[in-house]
Amino acid sequence: MYDVAIIGGGVVGCAIARQLAHYRVRTVLLEKQAEVAFGTTKTNSGIIHAGHHSTPDTLKGSLVVSGGDAFDRLCEDLHFGFRRIGELVVAQSAEEIPVIEELFSRGRSKGIHDLEMWDAQRLRREEPNLSHHLCAALFAPRAGVVNPYEFAFALIENAVANGVELRVDSPVVAISDGEDGGLCLHLGDGGAGGPMGGRVEARFVLNCAGVYADRIAALAGVQDFEILPRKGEEYMLDKRLKGLVRRLVFPVPTPASKGILIIPTFDGTLMVGPTAFDTDDREDLATTDLGADTVFDFVSQLCPSITRRDTIAEFAGLRAVSSSNDFIIGPTSRRGFINVAGIQSPGLTASPAIATLVCEILRSEGLVLEERGDFTPRVTGPVRFASLDVKEQQRLAAEDLRFGRVVCRCEMVTEGEIHHAIDHGARTLDGVKFRTRAGMGRCQGGFCTVRCMDILAQRLGLRLEEVTKRGSSSWIVVPRRSPAAVTHPSSSPQTLAED
Amino acid sequence: MFGRIEGPYDVVVVGGGPAGLAAALGARESGAERCLILDREPEPGGILNQCIHAGFGLHYFREELTGPEYAERFITKVIDGEIDLAPDTYVSGVSVDSDGTKWVRVLSERFGLKHVRTKAVVLAMGCRERTRGAIRIPGFRPAGVLTAGLAQKMVNMRGYLPGRRVAILGSGDIGLIMARRLTLEGCEVVGVFELMPYSNGLTRNVVQCLDDFGIPLHLSTTVACIHGRERVEGVTVAPVDGHFRAQMAQARTLACDTLLLSIGLIPENELSQSLGLRLDVVTGGPLVSSTLETSMPGLFACGNVLHVHDLVDFVTAESLLAGRFAGEWAQGVRRPADNISLVPGDNVRYCVPHTLSPEREHTIYLRCKEAMKPCRIRVGDLMEKRLRFVVPAEMIMVKIKPDLLARFHGDTLRVDLVPDAGAVED
Repeated sequence: MYDVAIIGGGVVGCAIARQLAHYRVRTVLLEKQAEVAFGTTKTNSGIIHAGHHSTPDTLKGSLVVSGGDAFDRLCEDLHFGFRRIGELVVAQSAEEIPVIEELFSRGRSKGIHDLEMWDAQRLRREEPNLSHHLCAALFAPRAGVVNPYEFAFALIENAVANGVELRVDSPVVAISDGEDGGLCLHLGDGGAGGPMGGRVEARFVLNCAGVYADRIAALAGVQDFEILPRKGEEYMLDKRLKGLVRRLVFPVPTPASKGILIIPTFDGTLMVGPTAFDTDDREDLATTDLGADTVFDFVSQLCPSITRRDTIAEFAGLRAVSSSNDFIIGPTSRRGFINVAGIQSPGLTASPAIATLVCEILRSEGLVLEERGDFTPRVTGPVRFASLDVKEQQRLAAEDLRFGRVVCRCEMVTEGEIHHAIDHGARTLDGVKFRTRAGMGRCQGGFCTVRCMDILAQRLGLRLEEVTKRGSSSWIVVPRRSPAAVTHPSSSPQTLAED
Repeated sequence: MFGRIEGPYDVVVVGGGPAGLAAALGARESGAERCLILDREPEPGGILNQCIHAGFGLHYFREELTGPEYAERFITKVIDGEIDLAPDTYVSGVSVDSDGTKWVRVLSERFGLKHVRTKAVVLAMGCRERTRGAIRIPGFRPAGVLTAGLAQKMVNMRGYLPGRRVAILGSGDIGLIMARRLTLEGCEVVGVFELMPYSNGLTRNVVQCLDDFGIPLHLSTTVACIHGRERVEGVTVAPVDGHFRAQMAQARTLACDTLLLSIGLIPENELSQSLGLRLDVVTGGPLVSSTLETSMPGLFACGNVLHVHDLVDFVTAESLLAGRFAGEWAQGVRRPADNISLVPGDNVRYCVPHTLSPEREHTIYLRCKEAMKPCRIRVGDLMEKRLRFVVPAEMIMVKIKPDLLARFHGDTLRVDLVPDAGAVED
């Protein structure tokens, strides 16, 4: 029996897993998809908030500042992409100035003392490509950007290195009482190659199931909240626009969302979005014409040189907004079942603080958390060949031949980096892409897809037709045979494995 | 020699596709002793290697060859011509010293990271395919949405199919070729959907790849949505109005597991951009003089990196020329700067080269904006020629004799495509 079972390998589940790895407890993380971070985390805007947006009387508002402060140290240990690039909340008219002044004093009262008010002149000097009608801005230097998937990958890698067990392709389909007083989680078939069924018993179950958190809670008989998914569409722009805007740009917020933003991502590429549309379909990751119109009509007001023609990729994600519109973290009517639900924005920023809070809750619920003493906080970060200087590149390519082979030409990703990604947990094409950037550039994988598939197949002992984009039925190729003889790879994995 | 880099060179060619191979041969023909071709693939030949269909060489060799056959003829000449060729080699940058010496920074397993010294450089990086992001198709992001060229590589180079039931968006040549290829492989091609009211591929490909196989081509139609969370399950197609807006009232959803995109090609000019070369906003390629020299002295460009060609035969002709001028340049030949600008006029999308000199005969390549039939091409007041038809998918080629230009005293020559005004005097 495990002490703790975490349901859901998003950034929250992974942060908790790593926090629990500090202690002598048996922890398992159950992820229904082929890899962690493939749900809401992967589509997150990747913003580390300074904290002035949310009021301190909410749980999300109270966790955001301490969560955000933890990132410098986490980044040092875990080597994910993170930089404090600063954030601007811009006023488009004189009427909006009082709103940003209000944000300014709210920030102050929460202990954020480095906020600045900029006038139009200062704004134009610092960000000359923003629209000239912007008349003032609130500047928060501590706000930053992070590659959220890299953060989650590093968290789980470090957790696993310190004894946490990770099970992917493991959806929880039922919850019952366990034999030893704990809870029993029944696992479904996670798709191709995954174990059929199976169960996991644990004393405590942490519900970190994101947009499915209410469904998981219902399996435990807990039905006091609902998740009301709110879709956000994001649009990545061509690298050519790198540097056009250097800081995060927020409009004045509305009650539904923080608005549509300009996000200079960690890698420098600009991203615009997200939209905020409520949806009742938890699988609705479709981008829409309406979404694109909404984003570009708005963003072109903030920065006139951004147009939809600059888009190189687009995607949508679902925010796990709870019916209380706040985080729902704590024990429930079902003994041992603890919710960590409704983690919408600023959930990514708050995630380190959520992890600490959850450990406190587990302690007060009776779990003994004794420090291991031999916890190793660091992971070996990946090499980013393209960002090294020429001398370093030269040394590396001479030392390890795999760094002399460029796999992704748009982002100049070498074979050495692909191998590193697989060594550190990548199992799918998206897993490689989100760890190395191979396939994220202009040609969107036109050149490197087959090469990455080859390396995955070779390293994981798969046939090419067994390599997937992101697990389950996301197959990429089928063998070239006579049509009648071909079996669809997703329809009968067992037969295929034998033939 | 295959697999050798031993500088310094007279001419280094970036890219070993049809353009790069011809450019290196051109440089050798001009007398340049030391030439090197750099290519990122394990074998030279570029995209020709995956084009196993016939139809290449009709103009240049006056016979019909497959892509690999066409490439082979040049590869053989390159090897025989004692040109160095480094495969599996990635060019990560080019820099220029104040005295004009150029350094090409290469990275490969065999050579590590190395700086190669040369007098002249020919850019022959070719083009890449436009992707889904470039045209914004709403919907999900499942596996099974890929460019036609990637599908072609999977099928022809690796022996795998991208899926079994395929819809194709865009009627570029690779898409048309793949419609036929996949049909021959036993896949079902449910249709080719083209946003424009005309095909973007060669007429011969529409006939031979679609009509002959009964594959429907739906013009003025687009893919309005992609369905399927993990793998493509279908696409919604809809006719478009005059402003290319999808008419959703007439939309229908087709079941398929794959969507191929053949929606255009973009010259691959990241290296050119990093060098600060001046680019043509229409072609996406560098601005070049009549010697195919870019805005940086001693740096030449040819083939699809310069502008997207319709036939490889024209790539070869253009690249041989670029190579010759690069070879001459390396040997110290300096020609007087061009003194005539060539600008696109009525119904001309672009023309290449961008400047001319009265010293030589020129071949001008251009494309029209809209189909016209019949029509006349006018080059300033110097010449006028009747054309049976022009279509955006096919390049137009005009030769201009030096004696014509000798009579020209202006500094800007405008190329127009105008309707044929009836009176035909052929």
